Amino acid sequence: MTETLIKVEGLSKKFCRSLKKSLWYGMQDMGSELIGKRHGKDGVLREQEFWATKDISFEVKRGECLGLIGHNGAGKTTLLRMLNGLIKPDQGRIEMHGRVGALIALGAGFNPILTGRENVYVNAAVLGMSKQHVDKKIDEIIDFAEIGEFIDAPVQTYSSGMNVRLGFAVAAILIEPDILFLDEVLAVGDIGFTIKCLNAVRRITNNSAVVFVSHNMQQISWFCTRVIVMDRGAVLINSPNPSEGIDQYYGLAKHQQQISGTGGAEILDVEIVINNQVVKDVEPTIPHGTELGFTIKLRINDEKSGADMSINIMDAAMQQIVTMPITNQAGELNQLPSGILEVNMSMGLIELTSGKYSVMIAVIDPETKEALTRVQGLAPFRVISDTVRWGKIVRHVVPQEIRVL
Amino acid sequence: MSKPNITVYTPDSMLANPIVLIKEMIRDLLDSRELAWRLTVRDLSAQYRQTYLGFLWAIILPLANTLVWIFLNSSGVVNVGDTPLPYPIYVFTGTMLWAILIEALNAPLQMAMASKSMLAKINFPREALLVAGIYKTLFNGLIKVALLLAALLLVGIYPGWNILLFPIAFASLILVGTVIGLILTPVGLLYIDVGKAIPLLAQFLMYLSPVVFLMPEEGLSATLFQINPFTPLILTARDWLTGFTPVYLDYFVLVNLLSLFLLAVFLIIFRLTMPILIERMGN
Repeated sequence: MTETLIKVEGLSKKFCRSLKKSLWYGMQDMGSELIGKRHGKDGVLREQEFWATKDISFEVKRGECLGLIGHNGAGKTTLLRMLNGLIKPDQGRIEMHGRVGALIALGAGFNPILTGRENVYVNAAVLGMSKQHVDKKIDEIIDFAEIGEFIDAPVQTYSSGMNVRLGFAVAAILIEPDILFLDEVLAVGDIGFTIKCLNAVRRITNNSAVVFVSHNMQQISWFCTRVIVMDRGAVLINSPNPSEGIDQYYGLAKHQQQISGTGGAEILDVEIVINNQVVKDVEPTIPHGTELGFTIKLRINDEKSGADMSINIMDAAMQQIVTMPITNQAGELNQLPSGILEVNMSMGLIELTSGKYSVMIAVIDPETKEALTRVQGLAPFRVISDTVRWGKIVRHVVPQEIRVL
Repeated sequence: MSKPNITVYTPDSMLANPIVLIKEMIRDLLDSRELAWRLTVRDLSAQYRQTYLGFLWAIILPLANTLVWIFLNSSGVVNVGDTPLPYPIYVFTGTMLWAILIEALNAPLQMAMASKSMLAKINFPREALLVAGIYKTLFNGLIKVALLLAALLLVGIYPGWNILLFPIAFASLILVGTVIGLILTPVGLLYIDVGKAIPLLAQFLMYLSPVVFLMPEEGLSATLFQINPFTPLILTARDWLTGFTPVYLDYFVLVNLLSLFLLAVFLIIFRLTMPILIERMGN
């Protein structure tokens, strides 16, 4: 089972920034298509145009899953639309063997006035399914979507969750593709349904070539056998090792410094300490399970002593993952005197899942609870491990005992 | 989902491989029958489920138009002159037939516009939109024809055996309307000016066709009426309905042949331009 099903060579597509120009170029392109000329003027950019994707090449075999990751506007969706045959490439070539299916626009063609059941048939027809095929599977679809008797109510009475569940069920139950395109569709419904979706997709993907676009690195790590990181239309890295690709993707994230607060305190410097050594690299890479410490220099202008400080670790989505209030041995807060200070601390073994992180430090006035200073985006670093796990904290556990009962 | 074979996308114009292009087009037209039927059922049932008057809407507008012209003529504001049929019947048949033509003309662009988000995200045989548009026009047209026949019989006008030829005229109205709509669709999808101009143009063309007015005998307007390709369509359809012998049969046949030819050409153009239009539609 190693036949190559998708082959993409030097694929490029340009878009236009100005709508007026874009429409006019559309007219020109129609004209040249009709007189049999090549699309895209052989790679010459017209005024206001830019490359939305540039020179992309890859292959996907049966049983493989290619993850496409990158920030918004990196060209992932454009690439997927070309693969799906919706828009023409300006350069390059796509060759695909077998039936193509896509889980992209769920519930396409749904009409809110019609009942769920009627819409299932319309949606299935849009996906190219015959009525007989749907007749056989309709109960399975209703079951999967957890719609119950609502299947005969108008879709406009559905909650948004029911809507996407039904849309997903139709596509996931009916299609049996050789090639599958997935675009962020697994983020539908609540957590229970997401797991169901993942399993359904897993069933389809086992025997097909898949291109999967997602911002969810856990899903990418779980599904993909290869990862392409795209940045501004180009391939940054094409790696058979998903965690390497994911690491590169995290590297693209910008942890910008943001300072707020009254100005009663000031963070002067933050250094990362690994194994008692100050790390000089910008954005160091830290293996999962290493002991991590910080050296923080700060100035507290306030006369009152006993400010409260906490060190926080934030992930790429700017979510606080770890909060470390500074206390004394007795566990009491408010330990910082005024003046210029140096704080040396260790947070112990780093158990964060792989990803990009940065430090946020807040110094709080003990009486008014005002932030004397709050600085985020300090000392960015990356944690690497061989896989991306689902949890934010990953702790490998050796049981005291494993017994066969 | 496409058939289990090799799909290749390149920047080359699809015209570089005309045989493949036509083969794929015919395959898609055949494949799209079920989808077209589903879309038709969807649109019609949604349309009629949401109204109180239901199917009456297929005839209310032409009926209102008829009443206006009957009033204008009988009050002397406009003097149409002597008609071979009673004027109310002349106007009523004219506006009904005209409404069928215009509905067919609007259908391709309307269907494509309404399906923009689907077009932008899903690869399906787009010809289905055109076919569904024709189905819908046929359905609404049949309601109009049924009412028309009932009204004619009621006032004692019997079409005779000619009625058997009327389906040809009915099909011609839809054919010609669809072809014109199809010609306008590619540009109409880019620039909404086209969609805005259609009602205006339709209004103007109606006055140049023997819908509410008689054929002028002489002068510039007579020439315009005679070269207007809608003239033979309306006249022939009306004649076959009301038991007269059509005068413009030659031109009627010519317009139909020309439309069939243009239909083939513009189906290909529709297919060629669709990916370019989808690109400019955004996501």
